[in-house]
Amino acid sequence: MEILMIILSGILVTCGVYLILSKSLLRIIIGSSIISHAVNLLLLTSGGLKKGASPIYEKHQQVYADPIPQALILTAIVISFAVTAFFLVLAFRSYKELGTDNISDYKGVPDDE
Amino acid sequence: MMMNNLIVFPIIIPAITAIILICIGKKPILKRIVAFCGTLITLFITLFQFIQVFNHGTMVLTLGNWKIPYSIVLVSDMLSALLVLTTTLITVIMIYYSYQSIGIERETYYYYTSVMFMLTGLNGAFTTGDIFNLFVFFEVFLISSYVMMIIGGTKIQLQESIKYILVNVTSSAFFVLAIGMLYSVIGSLNMADMSHKIHGIQHQSIIVICAILFIFVFATKAGMFPLYFWLPGAYYAPPIPVLALFGALLTKVGVYALYRTYSLFFSQTGVIVHNILLILALLTIIFGCIGALAYHDMKKIIIYNIMIAIGVIIVGLVLFTKDATIGGIYYLIHDMIIKASLFMLIGIIMKITHETDIRKLGGLIKDYPLLGVTYFIAALSLAGIPPLSGFYGKYFIVKAAMQEGYIISAIVILLSSLVVLYSVITIFLHVFFGTGQTYVKPAINKMMFAAVTMTVIAILFGVMSESLYPVIEKAALSIHSPETYVKALGVK
Repeated sequence: MEILMIILSGILVTCGVYLILSKSLLRIIIGSSIISHAVNLLLLTSGGLKKGASPIYEKHQQVYADPIPQALILTAIVISFAVTAFFLVLAFRSYKELGTDNISDYKGVPDDE
Repeated sequence: MMMNNLIVFPIIIPAITAIILICIGKKPILKRIVAFCGTLITLFITLFQFIQVFNHGTMVLTLGNWKIPYSIVLVSDMLSALLVLTTTLITVIMIYYSYQSIGIERETYYYYTSVMFMLTGLNGAFTTGDIFNLFVFFEVFLISSYVMMIIGGTKIQLQESIKYILVNVTSSAFFVLAIGMLYSVIGSLNMADMSHKIHGIQHQSIIVICAILFIFVFATKAGMFPLYFWLPGAYYAPPIPVLALFGALLTKVGVYALYRTYSLFFSQTGVIVHNILLILALLTIIFGCIGALAYHDMKKIIIYNIMIAIGVIIVGLVLFTKDATIGGIYYLIHDMIIKASLFMLIGIIMKITHETDIRKLGGLIKDYPLLGVTYFIAALSLAGIPPLSGFYGKYFIVKAAMQEGYIISAIVILLSSLVVLYSVITIFLHVFFGTGQTYVKPAINKMMFAAVTMTVIAILFGVMSESLYPVIEKAALSIHSPETYVKALGVK
């Protein structure tokens, strides 16, 4: 099961990197959020995927899943959600201001000479 | 081990101030007063904490009274206390400097709020003893740095902050990945506990992979050699006070995180990690030197000087002897102070002349002698001329490099000082001498006061290095012998 998850998140990272390397700003944002999905899946896998109940205490339950990765993922999801929201608004704003969503048309810092 | 609630205050007081600042609305003068008072209170508390840590040793606070590997701990050893004090001091002076330089529009829209949240994140990152909590505090100050970078919304800021945010989002994702990998091997998140368990593992090869992943993440945040590409552009875009805060503080957190993780987790991984870090640090110095020599733009020259300093500090870490870490910490503190002071002075020159190209400037010494003298002293201090502050750090690092037989590293560091001196003195000669132009004289007295204060602090740091030596030695202790850090937390 772990092997399958690792391959899956490998594929997700591949897709994310491919999208980040493209020129359209929206594709880049989709790529970065796909990478954060992959990382969250990997974090879940890192605790081990053995069989067990969800970590809510019950009297006759013996084995539980590892609760720590779940708490970590919950935090990581919220953070990446906030950053993605900020990034999307920034993309909207720069499309209005600069009139393009093509990264290679951005000529930011003036060159010497 | 000393339990004390004092550790929390440098983190929560800026956070509370930031929340108050959100509620104030659009009253810039009131915001100035609240922000200044908030940081001043934080400064007094950090000073008190610093003295406490110096007298009584490492302070530890387990949040919620849970036992140590199970809860988040805040640890304030000498290094953390020193860095928290320096950070807060720089923020206080930078807020005073912002009064005349940031502009009233930006002040109205949450500029001070972002500064306070950034201070929260920085102080938190310096004091935390938990690796995932370190990630969270990284995100706290990164998100406020995004806001500070974009605030104002000019075209160059929009373009550059997109790149900055993309790089940081990616490297944060890899930070989470690295934590996940380390957790699956070690099964713990408390840094002292992890250190203890990592040193008990027989096969270090998986730890080497984790180490390289961590180096990738923190090198991106700190702007080291192959991963510095975002730094010159991104730091060029925002206005000067923001640039000064970023240049003085943000990259240094990456360096601090490298210091902690390398000394606690990866100090026994052997020759591979050691060599990678050493070569990257030397290349960082060399590429920083090339950048500092290549440009005629004041901001760009100083931005590339940040890279040189980062390289030197990392060399101090990699050598990993007592002398080398002492040198690294001297240089880290010196560099935070002097970079803040140099950016402030450059900001004043830009405010007077509205120009950053040094070839178009000249003759400022007649009208602004104090500015000229302060800049000259700051420049000499940056290069490391003996009575001033940059000397001791480099002296210790070069001495350690010679003793350990790293002759090439020592030569590169010494030659880089020459390049640093040349680049900043070029600015001095072009801007302050030569044919003068006529300028409209704007009000700069508050900015000038802040810049002079910062430079005086840098001079004092140089002159008093002898008496500061016990402090730095204590701070270096928890880096070059991580067992003391682990022992202070009572991990068995």
